[in-house]
Amino acid sequence: MTPRRRRMVAMASGLVCLAAATALVLTAFEQNMLYFYTPTQIASGEAPERRRLRVGGLVERGSVRRLSGALEVRFDVTDLDRSVTVAYAGVLPDLFREGQGVVAHGRLGADGLFEADEVLARHDENYMPPEVAEMLEEKGHPPDASLR
Amino acid sequence: MRLPNWLHKLASPPHFYRIAARIEPWMLWSGLAAIAVGAFGGLLLAPPDYQQGDAYRIIYFHVPAAYLAMQLYALMAIGSAIGLIWRIKLAYAIAAAAAPVGLAFTGLALATGMLWGKPMWGAYWSWGDARLTSVLVMFFLYLGYMLLHASLEERSTADRAAGILAVVGVVNLPIIKFSVEWWSSLHQGPTISRLAAPAITWDMLWPLLVMVAGAVLFSMAVTLTRARAEVLLRERGARWVQDAVAADA
Repeated sequence: MTPRRRRMVAMASGLVCLAAATALVLTAFEQNMLYFYTPTQIASGEAPERRRLRVGGLVERGSVRRLSGALEVRFDVTDLDRSVTVAYAGVLPDLFREGQGVVAHGRLGADGLFEADEVLARHDENYMPPEVAEMLEEKGHPPDASLR
Repeated sequence: MRLPNWLHKLASPPHFYRIAARIEPWMLWSGLAAIAVGAFGGLLLAPPDYQQGDAYRIIYFHVPAAYLAMQLYALMAIGSAIGLIWRIKLAYAIAAAAAPVGLAFTGLALATGMLWGKPMWGAYWSWGDARLTSVLVMFFLYLGYMLLHASLEERSTADRAAGILAVVGVVNLPIIKFSVEWWSSLHQGPTISRLAAPAITWDMLWPLLVMVAGAVLFSMAVTLTRARAEVLLRERGARWVQDAVAADA
């Protein structure tokens, strides 16, 4: 084996070991790599209890209600299968609206109500002029905010 | 495995110096022209987005910056690997030249991403997001490479030590790329680099492609300039450098 070949093999095997180690670490910490849990994951008990977590999904249409005389707003976050009711008192991002992707950060109460102290909006990877979006809407294919 | 002959010829510093000096201005000026056309198209001609209005226009800077941040890291790592395996000094010089350019583009991607995140997401930054964190890790890998390289007196030692760091950091590149697909994330999924057709209409897409092409050409020109300076510095005792400097003066 020439020295050059030895260096090449050493580097290749080093990288393979490193990649394997990284993959193992990422798999072990998979729960922590998730930015948010979906309502289905929460319903099936995959999300940690009594710990701060994020729940992500779409704001269910027709579910946004404001309590009179208070800042608090409640809405359902859905992944089109299950949904979680979120209570939040604070400033909502501009993109927040029904049907929009959102991520709420807070705690899940024993009664199933998610008390959030931060609500962020997500937007999807689709970009189009408003006219195109309207046209899609008319044809019955609204550009839905994705859950990803 | 031997490198092809033409590559060995290109790897001779005087040859590289001459070729780089010849193609550099073309890359620089065509790159700047493309950036001007792309910025005009993106900021003025492209329609607003159905969801984000005019705020989405920051992609015309964010996407090219993020793309180049990763490409330049790959260049730095490949240069370092070629240097480590084939002991080609020019490869080390190119890796060292690419690092600050890549660091600048990473910083630009982070800054434009934060400026975009505030109005759209509602926050400049969110700890715990895999995409944001892995790009920040790349920022520190660039910084670590440069600091390690600068801290070692002996240049060949510095090249090798920093080169190993650059190669090790390559594992971060697929993590950045696939972070939004492997895990749930605040960041949206890929728009262009995916198997399906791009999720963006053509009147919004073309300025972005022109912008990316312009940024590639511009960054290559800057990297070549830096690499030439690096070669001059490293070969300053050689006869051809004295001749080249005398010819320029």
